[in-house]
Order: sequence, then structure tokens, then C-alpha cells
Amino acid sequence: MNAILPDGMARVTLSGVSMEISIALVGDVGVGDYVIVHVGYALARIDPEEAERTLSLMREGGLIGPSEMMEALP
Amino acid sequence: MKYIDEYRDGRIAQTFARQIAGEVKAGASYRLIEFCGGHTHAISRFGIADLLPANVRMIHGPGCPVCVLPVGRIDMAIGLAIRPEVTLCTYGDLMRVPGSQGASLLKTKAAGADIRMVYSTLDAVRIAEAEPSREVVFFAIGFETTTPPTALAIRLAAAKGLKNFSVFCNHVLTPAAIQSILESPEVRTLGRVRVDGFIGPSHVSTIIGTQPYEFFAEEFGKPVVVTGFEPLDVLQAILMLVRQVNEGRHEVENQYVRAVTRDGNAIAKREVAEFFEPRKSFVWRGLGVVPYSGLRLKQAYAAFDAELRFELADAGGEDNPACECGAILRGVKTPTECKLFGKLCTPDTPMGSCMVSSEGACAAHWTYGRFRDRARSAA
Repeated sequence: MNAILPDGMARVTLSGVSMEISIALVGDVGVGDYVIVHVGYALARIDPEEAERTLSLMREGGLIGPSEMMEALP
Repeated sequence: MKYIDEYRDGRIAQTFARQIAGEVKAGASYRLIEFCGGHTHAISRFGIADLLPANVRMIHGPGCPVCVLPVGRIDMAIGLAIRPEVTLCTYGDLMRVPGSQGASLLKTKAAGADIRMVYSTLDAVRIAEAEPSREVVFFAIGFETTTPPTALAIRLAAAKGLKNFSVFCNHVLTPAAIQSILESPEVRTLGRVRVDGFIGPSHVSTIIGTQPYEFFAEEFGKPVVVTGFEPLDVLQAILMLVRQVNEGRHEVENQYVRAVTRDGNAIAKREVAEFFEPRKSFVWRGLGVVPYSGLRLKQAYAAFDAELRFELADAGGEDNPACECGAILRGVKTPTECKLFGKLCTPDTPMGSCMVSSEGACAAHWTYGRFRDRARSAA
């Protein structure tokens, strides 16, 4: 999210497109947070710690070492 | 984009594929249904079916909101749109859904009706505010993800005192549809498919949480894994389901912990409960009549109910008799088993709803999967 606007709205970038969405359905969000957007509304905030844990599990489960993983990422 | 690219890593995907292939038991079969159209699209787009062993089969479920809307409701919307005083606001993917006798909102608009595509329910409220002489009706469809936005639009219209805004409500409930697949007598007589496990929806689950699936896991003894829309999410969920089946477990597991909790989104659930109540039954394309599977506006908000305001009567309406959308939505048939697929019915000229939305099983197979068929038949 790039900016919090009045009336429960916020400005976000979605695949390079800047747009205004409603954040009325999510409580505590701020600039820099990532949210899941559906039909112009944020439905949920992405939890960065859980996201990192899922990725580490995938890397471990995938038996790929961290250095190799860095190369694999674009 | 962050939180997307890293979940599309091809090398990890290959490793997941090797793990799945290593863990499936020879002689066993794993029939996994992905409820949600977003997963149907992802599975086709990223070629996930190609990475799976032959005895793991993905079945496309009915979780495509455009696909399950019956012809009669499209006919009712067209009936609304042709009233001279009405401006019908709709999500874009409903425009080409076929109604009776080949009618669609797109053709109705071409013939002069005031039909406007909107991105958000807030756009519909803005139109009502800017054009007080028009009767603005929002054609509300979708599962638990689109219902809270409709609720907020009604809240906003009420706060602004708008008398010319109403909602034609077609919102439906995911758990009711899952239950219907598992037990409904209608589905049983129309043919039913054996299911060994469920991939639970991503966005729907951000709203309702994982708790509602616990009943299915327990009552029907089927494992459920809620997962994200990216290919690594789906592959990890398939691995988790394979392990549950192998170990004889039937639990609700959450792979999508970065966005989904057990209880879901409390604000969204509260908004929905304030404005909507269950209908005794609702008709689904493919599933037939499903008890307590649809929502309508509560009595307190009847002034915003387009069905009451315009005294709409339920229209019957029949699908094209050759269209197999019904069987495809239940996972009984695949798109290529339909005579119309790829011939009379393509995304440019859809005969059935599954070819309209990008989340529909037929549209996904046309856009991505048919190239796999071609490679296979050439080999």
C-alpha cells in the first residue's frame, strides 16, 4: 500500500497499476503492507512472518539450499 | 511482484513434483477436487497437472461464481436491464454469460439497454449518487469474497440516503456447495464423482477462515487443505493431501497461513450478517436446488432489494441442451467430453457459462490445457 486516503480508502500498486481501493474490510493496515485485493476491496493483509515461514518450509521441503534458492529467484 | 514471484519458483515446483511422485502409493488413486475457480485457472495456467503422477487426478469444482449462476437469474437481470428507468451495474465477466435463447447482457446493451460494467460496488453507488433520476441496480453475484463489498455498498447508500439504489442479490455460500457435492440427492442422481480430498479456496477462506471446513473433514471423512493461488502453494497442498490420504487422516490443514486464519475476517463476517440472511434454497447451474446456499437482503433492508422493488418473479430458463456445464461443474465430465467444446463453444462465442469466466473449467482448458492434449496426441 502506498498511501492511506480519507473515507476508508487507500492507494495501492497492483502489478504496476496504481489504483484506489477500499480498506474498510481490513482493520489495521498501513503504508508498506501487502494486501489481497478483490473487486476493489482489501480482503486480508499478508502476514510477512508467516509468508517467510511458508517459503522456508518450501525451500527445506524442496531440499534446495539457501544459496541455490537465491539464484533461482528472479 | 513480492509475495507472488517467489511462489512460482520452477525448481522448487520440480522438487515438490518429485516428492509427490515418491509418496503416492502404487495402486492407490487420489482424486482431489479444487473447489475454487481461481485454483482451476492456476492449475491449467501453470501446467500443474503435468507435474503429477497418473494416479493423482485434479477434479475441477463448482467454485466459479459466474459459472454456477443459473440461466433464470441471467434472464431476470436482462428483464431488469430492459426497463427504461433502470441502469444495471454488473461485474464485467457477467456480460457474456448466455441466458435463454442466446441472449446476454452484452447483446442487451448493444440493443440499447443501460448496462454498465463496474469494477467495484462503490462505482455503482457513485453512479446512483451522480444520476438521481436513474434506478441504479447492482447485479450482485459471487461467493464470500464479493458479499462483504455488496454489504458495504448498501451501508454507504443508506448513509447517503440514496433512494435510487438497489441490489439484485445472487450471493452464494461455499460450504453449502461443498456439502451438496458430498451428499445431495440431486447430485447423486445426476452422477457424482468420488472425492478423496479437497483443496480449500484461497480468497474465500480469508473471509470465512478454516473453521467451516472442519465439519466436512469430520462428517464426511475427507481431508481439506486450504491453500494459496500460486503454483508452489497448490503443489504443497497436493503433497499435504497425499500424506493425509496415505495416513488415513481427514483433517483441515492450512497451507495459506500468510493470509488465512481459523476464524477469518471478523469485520467482513459482521457486515454480511448485518445485511444478509440465508434463502431456504437457491438454484445452482450444475448442482440444482441447494438448500440454504444463497443469501438475500434482510427485511430491515428490503428497500434496497431489487427483487422486491421491481417485483421480479423467478424465471426458469434452460441451458443449451448440448452444453455439459452441469456435469463439468460437478466434476463428472471434463471439458473435452462436451461436444460443443472448442467447436461451437469458445471464449469468443460461449454457449455455456464454464467457457465465459477465466475461472471456468472450459475457458481454462481452452486457454492452456488444450495445448497439452495436442502435444499428447502428437506424441
